[in-house]
Amino acid sequence: MLLQLDQVETYLDQFHILQGVSMEVKKGSITVLFGRNGAGKTTTLRSIMGLSPIRHGNIRYQGEEIGQLPTYMVARKGIGYVPENQGIFTDFTVEETLRLAMQKGSDEEKEKMAWMLDLFPDLKLYWKKQSGHLSGGQKQMLAIARAYVNSNGLLLIDEPSKGLAPIMVEKVMMHIEQMKQKTTVLLVEQNFFMASRIGEHFYIMDEGKIVHSGQMHELTDDEEAKQKYLGIA
Amino acid sequence: MDVIINLLVNGLATGMLIFLLAAGLTLIFGLMSVLNFAHGGLFAWGAFGGVWIFGLTGSFLLSMAGAIVIGMLIGLILERFLIRPVYGDHIQQLLVTLGGMLVLSELLKVFWSPNPIPAAVPSYLQGSFDFGGIILIKYRLFVILVGVLIYIALHLLLTKTRLGLIVRAGVIDKEMVQALGINIKQVFTFVFLLGAGMAALGGSLLAPYSGVIFAEMGMQYAILAFIVVIIGGMGSVPGSAVAALLVGVLGSFMAYFVPELSLAVNMLLMLFVLLVKPSGLFGAKG
Ligand SMILES: Nc1ncnc2c1ncn2[C@@H]1O[C@H](COP(=O)(O)OP(=O)(O)OP(=O)(O)O)[C@@H](O)[C@H]1O
Ligand SMILES: [Mg+2]
Repeated sequence: MLLQLDQVETYLDQFHILQGVSMEVKKGSITVLFGRNGAGKTTTLRSIMGLSPIRHGNIRYQGEEIGQLPTYMVARKGIGYVPENQGIFTDFTVEETLRLAMQKGSDEEKEKMAWMLDLFPDLKLYWKKQSGHLSGGQKQMLAIARAYVNSNGLLLIDEPSKGLAPIMVEKVMMHIEQMKQKTTVLLVEQNFFMASRIGEHFYIMDEGKIVHSGQMHELTDDEEAKQKYLGIA
Repeated sequence: MDVIINLLVNGLATGMLIFLLAAGLTLIFGLMSVLNFAHGGLFAWGAFGGVWIFGLTGSFLLSMAGAIVIGMLIGLILERFLIRPVYGDHIQQLLVTLGGMLVLSELLKVFWSPNPIPAAVPSYLQGSFDFGGIILIKYRLFVILVGVLIYIALHLLLTKTRLGLIVRAGVIDKEMVQALGINIKQVFTFVFLLGAGMAALGGSLLAPYSGVIFAEMGMQYAILAFIVVIIGGMGSVPGSAVAALLVGVLGSFMAYFVPELSLAVNMLLMLFVLLVKPSGLFGAKG
């Protein structure tokens, strides 16, 4: 297992938000975390990144405990983060953003960058454009590219479809699927239709707990579970 | 005509001094949301340190360099022992840094003198230039020159270096910068020292300009610098530069033409900007 969460509990202020979350992400896969608004999906990703410190439980990445590490150390272990609000550095150009994301400027990073730009030709096209002026979909791709160039093992992507037009959602999802050739993805999504097409494993969370999990095709066929947990008729 | 030009030069020189204070303040606030009221103390220490070193060595260049070193040393202590323990708590920052400011100015009285101390202009910067009948005081032009050089250096640092990229990104989204594997606390320490050095340099430049120095001299400039940071937009160095020159020039003209209003005008300018554009002229944050 690339990533393992074991009984993770996180508090925001005095509120007990994650109440014992356990989940696993297999190397080379896309794992999708579903759940209603306010279920705790974002808090789960933030807990992994060390942005919302965990109070109890363990988080292991490549077998190593990372649950107590500061965010920058978690990132240096190889985990990349694409936040729900995209976290775009608005007055940076695309070029500056990706330059900042390259930690060492090594050949490996340059290779990743080249591959990334082939995948997202828009970024090359708008290389010198201020990222605050990109379209929503382009910003999302920039945020994903930034995380990919910066990390080397796992991407945490929080609701990439949010606020995008349907055709853009499709494009972004397709790109995330292509990223699987190179990395592992833990994807938070509410768009079941889109995410179920690219994910292999799923978890469903509700009120700070995992309530269901398994192989994606099992969920696709399980009308009862979809109805019960995701409100899909 | 020469009155206007002289007022302009005066205003620009004062503006540059304010900028040296404001540049550090705006970065420190933009990056870590830290309100540092002790910043004016660094300015005063720079002035005293500069005058002291100038007296010892007779070298004005050395006195400026020495002031920067003194400012950075005090900055190191402030950051480690006053600011770091109160990250994220504005009320505590206010109390702790105001306290720091008082201690810094009391210590000046202990080490040097509770009375004002005269400060001399180095001989080669005394007197004035005559540009076809317009008399311009050399030292003021020198202050403007130093301000311009510092601005250019800061601009290059922020736009051309990786460290600068990190600082600018941190002003926009600190969490995201850390999520890229960057230890922002280290960067913050660096920025704090940079700000402290610029503030102290500003003080050492002001000393010969005003002719006397006294322990509380940092206060008035610190207030102007805070106004400038707000007008320019928290976290924006170009914003601070523009706002500082605006405040300097406006102050200089008002003091000459409508002296009764010269203090109020900065406040009015700040209110006006806040009404029209609440994030300041170049505000990075909404
Ligand atoms: N700073 C905070 N203090 C207290 N509670 C918070 C805070 N931030 C979020 N919460 C609460 O924590 C719970 C989980 O929030 P989280 O953002 O993780 O949910 P989510 O599953 O990502 O939801 P969404 O789909 O809307 O993004 C919610 O009930 C939310 O109201
Ligand atoms: Mg969320």
